[in-house]
Amino acid sequence: MIITLFIPCFVDALFPRAGISMVQILEGLGHRVVCPAEIACCGQPPFNSGYWDEARSIAAPVLDKLKDAEVVVIGSGSCGAMVKKFYPELFANTPQAELAKKIAARTWEFSEFLVKKLGVTDLGARFPHKVTFHDGCHGLRELGIKKSPRELLGKVSGLEFVELAEAETCCGFGGTFAAKFPMISTAMGEVKCASAVETGAEYIVSNDSSCLMHLQGLLSRQGKPIKTIHLAEVLNHR
Amino acid sequence: MSERENILGRIREALRAPAPPPGSQGHASAPTPASTPRMWLPKVGESFDEQLALFTKNAAGLKADFQMFNSAEEMHQALVRSRDTEGWQRVAGQSGDLANAICPVLNLPLLRTDKAYDVNELEACDVGISECDALIAQTGSVLVTNRSAGGRALSVLPPHHVVLAQREQLVADLPAAFELLKLKYASNYPSMISFITGPSRTGDIERILVLGAHGPKRLTIFCL
Amino acid sequence: MSTFAAQFLKQARVMAGDLRHRQIIRTALGNYELARDQGRAAFQDWQGARQLAAETKWEAINHLDHYLEQFASKLETRGTKVHWASTGEQAREIILQIVRDKKAKSVIKSKAMTAEEIHLNAALEAAGFNVVENDLGEFIVQLRHEAPYHIVFPSMHLTRDEISGLFERELGSAPTNDPEELTMIARRVLRKKFLTADIGITGANFAIAETGMISITENEGNARLTAALPKTMISLLGIEKILPQLEDLALFLPMLATMGTGQVLTCYNTLYGGPRQPGESDGPEEWHVVLLDNHRTELLADAEQRDALGCIRCGACLNVCPIFRNVGGHTYSTTYSGPIGSVITPHLRGLQDWKHLSNASSLCGACTETCPVKIDLHHHLLQNRRNASAAQPAFFERLAYKVFGFVANRPALWSIAKKFGRWGQPLQNLVKGTTLDPAKSWTQTRDLPQLAGESFKDWWRNRK
Repeated sequence: MIITLFIPCFVDALFPRAGISMVQILEGLGHRVVCPAEIACCGQPPFNSGYWDEARSIAAPVLDKLKDAEVVVIGSGSCGAMVKKFYPELFANTPQAELAKKIAARTWEFSEFLVKKLGVTDLGARFPHKVTFHDGCHGLRELGIKKSPRELLGKVSGLEFVELAEAETCCGFGGTFAAKFPMISTAMGEVKCASAVETGAEYIVSNDSSCLMHLQGLLSRQGKPIKTIHLAEVLNHR
Repeated sequence: MSERENILGRIREALRAPAPPPGSQGHASAPTPASTPRMWLPKVGESFDEQLALFTKNAAGLKADFQMFNSAEEMHQALVRSRDTEGWQRVAGQSGDLANAICPVLNLPLLRTDKAYDVNELEACDVGISECDALIAQTGSVLVTNRSAGGRALSVLPPHHVVLAQREQLVADLPAAFELLKLKYASNYPSMISFITGPSRTGDIERILVLGAHGPKRLTIFCL
Repeated sequence: MSTFAAQFLKQARVMAGDLRHRQIIRTALGNYELARDQGRAAFQDWQGARQLAAETKWEAINHLDHYLEQFASKLETRGTKVHWASTGEQAREIILQIVRDKKAKSVIKSKAMTAEEIHLNAALEAAGFNVVENDLGEFIVQLRHEAPYHIVFPSMHLTRDEISGLFERELGSAPTNDPEELTMIARRVLRKKFLTADIGITGANFAIAETGMISITENEGNARLTAALPKTMISLLGIEKILPQLEDLALFLPMLATMGTGQVLTCYNTLYGGPRQPGESDGPEEWHVVLLDNHRTELLADAEQRDALGCIRCGACLNVCPIFRNVGGHTYSTTYSGPIGSVITPHLRGLQDWKHLSNASSLCGACTETCPVKIDLHHHLLQNRRNASAAQPAFFERLAYKVFGFVANRPALWSIAKKFGRWGQPLQNLVKGTTLDPAKSWTQTRDLPQLAGESFKDWWRNRK
């Protein structure tokens, strides 16, 4: 099938390897991947801050560019939630209401797409390290993603998986929250990092680069050895 | 216009806008089939023995002292033993089938709280002995009312509350208890109905359990 | 920024760095979490229970006028005096009038967050009446002249040593670090108050329309005594406490206990349907029930957020909220804290002044997931943000989003922006953490990620 891959703004600018891994994985499975160059952001920052007009003006071109997509895969739980859960609400009672619903129905977060749509869990990856998984809140609670990443990690050769005690506790990023309430954001991140360090894992894996960016920022500042990596990079590792 | 009319008027005005369906939480949802509490609450066995076992287990977990007796004599003896072990000097109680038989056995001054009494005298009592309306297996609770259990204060002011129950009073679960209340009291309810689940307690200091915060530190349930 | 918002930020900063506080709260909630999880697992289907609870509250709230009338009328037929208060001030005045009429010398009070909401104690004290809280946790914070820390656990933030010190200072007791001894000290002191109080004031957890009763959930027995001994009883409750039928309690009492304290049922769950009736041997001669609106009808009118009135004040959302756990209850500086407080306070006290509570959230959704009556809590926070910025947009923030939007979806501009970012980043490193640093709110505690040399879009374009 033709997969329209939407790489979020921060993945594009800061964590391109995660996006590249997704392309390679999907192509490796025999699908054709298209990445619309003209769209970069789903509009979540203004949406979360309550500026829904501005969010609509960012999201409308996204809808337009995705309107003919057979299937849309988004490389982040939070952006996935934005398109799948919140676009219908954002565009309710507007001319794009139906289009938003249509695209929401065809949109998948990356790990859910692999497991639930393609039925694939074994990508032949190898990542001989001890890892733990952070469930990004949007993916977990808006999209119901819990099992898919774990099934995928379970098939990675050499990988030792240990559950994080605070797996479902928010890491504290929350988008603009991290900048508006930095001390609370930091405190939440500290709780998360402490839980991760306790597992003895070498890597924290997540399907959300924004969470990882926040955790990595804290871990680097504190000189902690544990590293962060996006799920797609692990699944693309040989 | 009275405040009552103001408030009711504002409510009616507010309710003209329809609300999303219950429990939808932002998801488009289909209506769910009608349900009752019993479908969701923890399951309770149907036989008397299962229910008794459950009540016994729950009471123990609550640190309530629950004992079954096969005869009134045995129950009387147990009460006398408690009197001696704890050194009861004054007893408060009510009138009732079980209570009337017991209180003379104790041979102690008895303060009756199901008619006018002085609260300071109640405060001087070591134990309050009451009957009850039901024992609830699901939760280990004792159901009392002020009409059937000697007033509002008897079961909560003295430091030890002794409940006298009959095994026929054991009911399975909370829904059954409410059914019983409706059946028994229909439109003339006692002004106080209380579900007592273990002796009084608090966790307000470092979440550490302490019994006997204001109500009784000890709850004893004697069942015939 | 409102003064409340500024105060919140300042306090949050202090508390977020207070590791001792963080650990106290973590420990305090540890056993609760285990018990709560066990309790939920014991239900045949917890999600089914939540849905039924949501439906029951929906029925109550969406027919509130009908059920309130039924409730009031049933109460009145049994001799209860029912008062209706549109505002907190009216409620205070009604209660003050009763207390004055009775020439009360001693007033005792069991736990009632609604009374906190209308600052009842302060009003009574200002009028010269002595009010003593008799719930242990409330008694403790009253002695400390501070607000309750949590709607269910008022003294959760204190250690036994702090409580011992408090009792030594205020009650003249001997020092002890034994929780049981401390509890007994309070029991002895409060005993006298129970026995001599003229007036007992209570709140209510539920109001049963069908039978005209209030239901009070507690563990200590202090509310039972407050409702048994004084000659006059006053109960204050919000109009939203309504449940349609008596048997609804078969669901709500265990759900409240499970989520509130991790118990199967709390020690005393008591229904009151009137003052002392003919033939009854004790209880108050007079019972006044005060029904409070105080902006609840405004929340009712907001159909999108109306479900927030279904709150049973279990506190479970506070307990799961990582913001609450890190900044603590006092930082909110308002009666209702945590997620539910952040949702309803803008409605109760003013959107623009209190929107910061709705902003101070990562929208993780743990609250919505845990709420026993399925209030859509975190989405309501988002709706409050939307309503606040629609009414009063912040100029620079809105401009920033406009600019960002303009750039993001224009490939040429987005590409230029990234290039600028890459050049600018080494410069940012020079001012990192100082007042000149534009990313200071991030870099104070975190390292910034480096902008990639080749962005994803670059890579994609170069493949062709």
